[in-house]
Order: sequence, then C-alpha cells, then structure tokens
Amino acid sequence: MNASTLIDKIWSAHRVVSLGDDVDLLYIDRIFLHERTGSIALRSLADAGRQVRNPRAVFVTIDHIVETTPGRRHSSRMPGGEVFIEATRQSARAAGVTLFDSDDPRQGIVHVVSPEQGIALPGVTLVCPDSHTSTVGGLGALAWGIGSSDAEHALATQTLAMKRPPQTRVRFDGHLGSGARAKDLILYLIGQYGAAGGAGHAIEFAGSAIEALDVEGRFTLCNMAVEFGAWTGIVAPDDRTIEYVQGRTWAPGGAQWDAALAYWRTLRSDEEARFERELAIDARDVKPQVTWGTSPQQVIAIGDPVPPAPVGGGRGQEEAARRALEYMGLNPGDRLTEYPIDAAFIGSCTNSRLTDLREAAAVLRGRRVATGVRALCVPGSTVVKKAAEEEGIDRVFKDAGFEWHEAGCSMCFYAGGATFPPGSRVISSTNRPFEGRQGPGVRTHLASPATVAASAILGRIGHAGELS
Amino acid sequence: MRAFTRITGIAAPLLRANVDTDAIIPSREMKQVSKKGLAEGLFAGWRYRSPESREPDPEFVLNRQPFDRAVILLAGRNFGCGSSREHAVWALLEWGIRVIIAPSFGAIFRANCIRNGLLPVILDESDVEALTERVLQDPEGTPVTVDLVSCRVSARDIEIRFQVPPRDRQMLLEGLDPVEATLRHLPEIEAFEAADRGLRPWVQL
Ligand code: SF4
Repeated sequence: MNASTLIDKIWSAHRVVSLGDDVDLLYIDRIFLHERTGSIALRSLADAGRQVRNPRAVFVTIDHIVETTPGRRHSSRMPGGEVFIEATRQSARAAGVTLFDSDDPRQGIVHVVSPEQGIALPGVTLVCPDSHTSTVGGLGALAWGIGSSDAEHALATQTLAMKRPPQTRVRFDGHLGSGARAKDLILYLIGQYGAAGGAGHAIEFAGSAIEALDVEGRFTLCNMAVEFGAWTGIVAPDDRTIEYVQGRTWAPGGAQWDAALAYWRTLRSDEEARFERELAIDARDVKPQVTWGTSPQQVIAIGDPVPPAPVGGGRGQEEAARRALEYMGLNPGDRLTEYPIDAAFIGSCTNSRLTDLREAAAVLRGRRVATGVRALCVPGSTVVKKAAEEEGIDRVFKDAGFEWHEAGCSMCFYAGGATFPPGSRVISSTNRPFEGRQGPGVRTHLASPATVAASAILGRIGHAGELS
Repeated sequence: MRAFTRITGIAAPLLRANVDTDAIIPSREMKQVSKKGLAEGLFAGWRYRSPESREPDPEFVLNRQPFDRAVILLAGRNFGCGSSREHAVWALLEWGIRVIIAPSFGAIFRANCIRNGLLPVILDESDVEALTERVLQDPEGTPVTVDLVSCRVSARDIEIRFQVPPRDRQMLLEGLDPVEATLRHLPEIEAFEAADRGLRPWVQL
C-alpha cells in the first residue's frame, strides 16, 4: 500500500463516493453553526422544504453578536442584533439540533466550545460556516470553514463534494525563542511566506516545537492557518491530545473509548508519505511578534523597524502596503515600541482559552494597566470563564485594571454598537488586523496574550521580557 | 442556482492585494437574516465618505463612471480572503458583478462564488495587469468578454484562456442545485452510514 499522510487517512475514511476529477463526496461527522452565518443556512434549508439529515450531529452556539458586558443575558452588542439571535434560536429548535443559547453554561465561541465539549475529536470531519473552523485541527480533526450554502448542503445531506486539496507539511523544529508562544510561531510563518503563502493547501504542522506545544497552543496555530491562506491546518493527535479529549461531554466513553483510541493511534503521516510541499521553520528564530499593517503578513518582531513599502511585487502589493501604512498611521522605519496604545484586548477564538488567560495573568500579577489604556479580557466560553474564576485569574485581571467580560466574540470584530474610538491603537490577541475589523478607523495590532498583557502595563507596544 | 455562460461589459479594476470579505461587506451591513438587501453595504467602508452619511466617495472606483456599471471586477491576489461570510458574494451579485478576475482567491470565497453563479476566473497577475492597462486606456470603449463555454477572456486585441475545474464549470453552466445533485447519491450515503456504525461506533452521537 502507498504511504499516506494524516490528511489522506482521514479523507479516505470519509469518502462516500468519488465524483471524478479528484472530487469526492465526503461524509461530514459534525456540523457547527453560529447566529451570524448559521441562521441563514437553517432558514434557507427550511425555506427549500428540506430537513436536517442528522440533528444529533448539529450544534449551534450564540457567540458573534451576543453582548459580553458583565451580567448579560440575551441582549446583542449589535444594534438590532437580537433578530439574529432570536431567528437562530427558533430555527435551531424547529430543526431539533443542540443549541448552546446565550445563557447556557456551555455557551461560547464556536471554536472554543467544539473541542471543549468533546464534539470535535481526532479523526472526525467537522464543518462550520466560519473561516476559523480550522482551529480544531489542533486535536487532529479535519475541520474547515465553509459558506452558508455549503452549510445548507451539509445539513441536508451530511456530506460535501470536495476537491482533494494539495498538502503542505510545515515543520517547526527546535525550542521556541525566548518569550515566544504559539501565536508568535504562526505570525512568523505568515510573515515569512505571506497571507496567501498557504496557497489553499491542507497543512500538517509537525516537528519538535509542535510536539512540545499543549493542545490549546495547537488550536492557536491551526486557527490562523486560514490567515496563512491555507484550506485548513491539522496536528497529528498524540498523548497530549488524548489526555485533552478524555472525559469531555460528547467524547466517547467505555468500550467506545478504547475503539477510538486504537484508531487515533494510527492517525499520523507515514514515514514515506509525500507532501506537495514541505516548509521548515527554525523555532529558535521566532521572537515575540506584532503586526504593523492591515494584513497578518505585515508582521515584525517587536522592536524591529516597520519595513519600507515593497518595490515591485506587482501594483496590488505596493498599493496594499501604502494603504496599510496610511491607515495604521505609521511610516517605514518606525519602531512600534515607541507607539502608545489606547486599548488592549484579550479574547477571540485564537487566544481566549484557559492557558491563554493564565499566560496573560502571569504577566499581569501584581501590576497595573497604564493610565489611559482601556483593557478587556473576554473569555472564549462560559466554561473557560468559570474555570478562570475558580483559579482566581479573574481577580488578577480585575486588580490590574482589566474589564472581565462574559464569553463571546465581542470586540474581535465590529458589527456596529460600542467599540474603540476611530483612530485608536489597539493591541489585540485576535487574528485579523483588517481595516475596520474592530471598528471604523480602529488600528489593530495582533500579538500573543502575553504581549497584549505586557503592552497594557507598559502603555505602549512591548513584550513581557521588557517588564522588570 | 443562477447559470453562467458568457457576459460582456464594463470591467472595474480594484487591484489591491488581500481584499478581505470584511472589506467587501462589513459585518455591520449584515442587518437581516437574509441573502437580500446587501448591495448597499458592498465595500461600504471604501465606497462612502462615512458609514452614516452614505455620501459616495468619488475616489472609489465603483463610484466613477463607467465603472458604476461594471459587471466584471479585476482584482488583486488573494481576493475574498478572511471571513467565510457568503454575504460578500450575495452583495457583489446584487450590486451587479457577475465575474471576478484575480490571480488568486480566498478558498471559501471562491467556493461561495460557484454556489451562487458568480464566476471566479484565475489569471496570472501579469495578465490581470495587462487587462487593467487596456481597460484604463479607454474604459467606456473597452468592454471585456468572459466566456465560460470557451473559457476565454477577451478585450480588444487581448485574448486569454483560463481554466475552471470541470465540476465547477458544469455547475455554473447548468445552474445546478448542488443539494439536488448530491441527493442522487442518497443510496451511497445511506450505505456509508450503515457501514460506519460498525467501523467507527465511537463517532456516533
Ligand atoms: S472570535 Fe473573532 S475570528 Fe473567532 S469566530 Fe468570533 S468573530 Fe470570528
């Protein structure tokens, strides 16, 4: 038999029928929806007179536009957003699928909830009409974001017609550079190869630096595989993964657990397996990173100068770089460490899990946020929030001067409503520094939770190593 | 689904790289659980001087004649990256765009285009730039034709071939309903499920 990659193995196990031209009808094990793009899929399906094929495989959460200020119940951050929440609730009930409503103790950001509840598992296929569905590749699921029409297709048929993607293996070897985290690894990779560097490939992340990452760090890595232009990202399950999965609500138990375990142990790329492309990064080169522009590829090590606008590389690249500098209020050669910040945001499906909050709390303990900086922490799920409170992490955040919110996507993106003022400079643990992503005119700099926490204390962009 | 065969019309250049779906339709413009009413929000952050006033910014290409009648968009690398929101495609279609020509596309955006009868054409960056040059010389007098039957883009003396994966091409040409097409394989889906219960009992919910 030919040697197979991890992705080949999962793909083959889900092939219902080949449709020719390298397109397979793939079986989809789990479908997740949220109120922003999932409600339209459920409604459109119902309007077409079709039913959800397997309601037990479908989960819905309310995360994107739900209010996150302390004590919220069902209100929306988005003016008029209650209609989305209510429509989602109604459609979910009518379809008989599992709903994590805004007051449910299991509610949270879709990509935080799905592994946390044991819905995403190694070796399953999981889709969601949300680009960051790749996140749960961190535990060895083949998971990817789709549009609402494909979500409707998956709901109706439990399948998707998929062209087999080319595959890349990215190896990160060696010890991570001092103070660097999973977030810095992925930002560095995007900086090296560009926001389209993933070229639509399925990417397996491997190497000793990945083996050394905890599962939550692997989620961060796979989360931003889409900012790298990959179709999705995945990490082979190992002992850490299995320990992470065991005992979760929807994870298999008893004899099923043993069967699952035996299968998961086979989920790794064979020695001889071939990839269309192999990339290698020396993890020792990776220092704490921060984006300076409006694309995640516009990224530098903290303390390095903002690079000059590229010469050549096509008209589009030049125009994009010029526009980014103007939007961000920066000039080539500037050091971001000289720029004061107006706000610091810790949250989002990239970095809002317990290990992220611990990482930030370790920096914040016994310190105070600089005057004039608004700092917020929004846990990724209600489960994360409770766990953090049990550890007293909420106190560390609050004592430092951070706002401590209810779970949701919150200010990771802007859908109208309250946000940072135009022109404000925000250091953020999120994944997209796009123009207007956090609000009209808001300047977003992406970084790890540790860097966001350190910058909040310093009152300017800086990394944790700068604090005495 | 709406079929696509061939179109001739004004092409508008918007060549900046990495135009994301937040830029194509800002989230604040997605006001209803609906695929309609989105054209007004298309490129809202660039098209209007301010989100409230809705006063058109004359600098923005789609506000200038004759590009305000464009049916084809000439775009930069990685067009439609970012959020999966299909609203980006619905907004472009409702505004009047039927074809986007770019060196590459965000993967989900590209799939969303196919599902809705918006044709994504991939050409080399140099070809997109050559087309743009030609169009800019005389936008009104240089209609661009995109033909999915012969897989050719042409404008005056330029003619460039492109490729579309066969299945996508067929879906577009025939305007097939993908769910209908898949349900023809219902027996295979049921057989897969029956076998899967024995093979992967731990997956069952
Ligand atoms: S946290 Fe941000 S990126 Fe993640 S799903 Fe929510 S809005 Fe999208």
